Amino acid sequence: MDRMPVWADVVLIPLISLLLAAALSAVAIWAIGENPWDAFALMVDGALMRSSGWGYTLYYATNFIFCGLAVSVAFHAKLFNIGGEGQAVIGSLGVALCCLYIPWPHWTIALLGSTVFAALFGALWALIPAYLQAARGSHIVITTIMFNFIAAALLNYVLVNHLRPVGAMEPASATFPEATHLPNFRDIFAGGEGVLFRGSPANVTFFVALAACLLVWLLIWRTKLGYEIRSQGYSESGAKYAGISPFRIIIVAMLISGGLAGLMGINVTQGEAERLILNSAEGAGFIGIAVALMGRNHPFGVLLASILFGFLYQGGAELAMWTSIPRELIVVIQALVILFTGALDNMVRWPLERVFMAMRQEG
Amino acid sequence: MTLMTKMFGAAATGLALTATAAVADPALIYDLGGKFDKSFNEAAFVGASRWAAETGGEFRDIELTSEAQREQALRRFAEQGFSPVITTGFAFSTPIANVAADYPDTKFVTIDGYVDPEANPNVLSIGFSEHEGSYLVGMIAGLTTETDTVSFVGGMDIPLIRKFACGYAQGVKAVNEGATIIPNMVGTDPSAWADPVKGSELAQAQISQGSDVVFAAAGASGLGVLQTAADQGIYGIGVDSNQNYLYPGSILTSMLKRVDNAVYDAMTAGDDLETGVQTKDLSNRGVGFALDGYNEMLIDFDTLSEVYAAAADIVAGEISVHDYSTDNTCPAVEF
Repeated sequence: MDRMPVWADVVLIPLISLLLAAALSAVAIWAIGENPWDAFALMVDGALMRSSGWGYTLYYATNFIFCGLAVSVAFHAKLFNIGGEGQAVIGSLGVALCCLYIPWPHWTIALLGSTVFAALFGALWALIPAYLQAARGSHIVITTIMFNFIAAALLNYVLVNHLRPVGAMEPASATFPEATHLPNFRDIFAGGEGVLFRGSPANVTFFVALAACLLVWLLIWRTKLGYEIRSQGYSESGAKYAGISPFRIIIVAMLISGGLAGLMGINVTQGEAERLILNSAEGAGFIGIAVALMGRNHPFGVLLASILFGFLYQGGAELAMWTSIPRELIVVIQALVILFTGALDNMVRWPLERVFMAMRQEG
Repeated sequence: MTLMTKMFGAAATGLALTATAAVADPALIYDLGGKFDKSFNEAAFVGASRWAAETGGEFRDIELTSEAQREQALRRFAEQGFSPVITTGFAFSTPIANVAADYPDTKFVTIDGYVDPEANPNVLSIGFSEHEGSYLVGMIAGLTTETDTVSFVGGMDIPLIRKFACGYAQGVKAVNEGATIIPNMVGTDPSAWADPVKGSELAQAQISQGSDVVFAAAGASGLGVLQTAADQGIYGIGVDSNQNYLYPGSILTSMLKRVDNAVYDAMTAGDDLETGVQTKDLSNRGVGFALDGYNEMLIDFDTLSEVYAAAADIVAGEISVHDYSTDNTCPAVEF
């Protein structure tokens, strides 16, 4: 058995990667004349020590969970879906149409409706690249990233020419009717009164994201379809030999993936903004790739990685507000974490594997 | 346990270091375009810096990275006692409307946005009549063109930019009825503000259709437009700030939008800031066109007197320039 113990793979490697990223970030912060320890303390304080900080951390995390799950489901079928951004944008459009044009009586039913619309729109946006890959062999990486641009342009067209109320400057839709507004954490945990979670955008969609984690886990490891997806991912020729149609799996996996990315639209569009805005995906589709890599394509790992990135986003906002660390350097810190946990995974893995092998031989 | 206490302690000092500086200092929140965009947001920074230099006061500012941070930044500044909290960009209208009622002692300013003054008495909405300034530079373009063809390059295709284009086109038509106006937009997403190459290509295409004056209202993309105009020997018109100095002799004039003055005035007023709705137009010199040593030889006196007469008529209400954003139509040009 030439493998590391599981705990080393899923805990130790990400932890060491994180520490390396943190060390390099500290050097960068120190180099521009700020105190790295103060900066870290400020991030922790802003993101984790106040209820509204948690509200933001979990709000960002909700976006990343959906996009991370989307990437990981596709990845189990060896499909690299980097179109989460576009699928989320179109999912948001679905949410907006559903909230604006259907008179929902209560938010619970509206949430069900917008879930269906968001997933449907996101899935349909993924269907075209999926078909092109399955039937024509057009590479999914190329087509999905191209579809991000088409989605952005389409959203802009719809907002500017159709959904924008007359006289409004902003390319945004009208505010959704009261009945579709989702309860945020302040409504849930403080009854809408007091300062607990005041002004923080985390809302009931977070629980939808948790449910999505559970469902994805059930799908991938407890159903026949999940088994087929994983078989396809391990070996397409093997799967074919076992009677699994690659065409069908590519289409189905991408539909599920696109649907999950589309669900992100509920959080931003219905939960936070309560109207459709131009920048409705906020780059979360790309962070989803890092989240899936770091979370080892497992829903629980995706959840943890999402909270970490939520912390980085919210903590980064605090840094931008109270220190003279420029916005660009905060992106550098976030990028270092992505680089070490995602791209440079093997840099930590190989030496560590060797250490474990050596220990095993001695023992 | 010790680690935890250490961390709490450090967090507390970190906060103390950063948060005590502020008792009713002003704060400035830039839109997603960022502080140094050579245009709109930078004008706000210039105004704030001028205030700081003249009064020795201090202000805090932040550049945002995501939509959700708009409300967050407003709340955090208000909680720490900053006032007035000044924002640039129309996208702040809704966040301020959501936040302002929770902090009645804080004054908020939105430049380009609009917040209902009845519902939120502690908000000042500053709007600019960009169509009026654009009308005047349109007149100059219409009187200067020799090919009877002028053009417009906008940044992102949004109503605000169409408002510039529509005012410009009306100005051209007012003095040169038969003139052709070619309007183009760099793009449909925010990257359109920062694509000088595309701006240059559009200007090139317009020149090949006969345009000899081009008005660029495109943020940093406009720099490509002005450069191409200079290279090809036609006139360019700058926007927001005075850009006449960029290519002396080639830039006919600049349409001015005095965001810097708006920020400077708000910071000077401080806690005594009068809230409500303010329109910065020709009458209070909030918009206009730039005439300085770089372009005074380019515009002849007949043109100037005609433009000044029109400016006086607009102020007096005898000429009304149609504002595109009121009904999304433009009488002078098709988009």
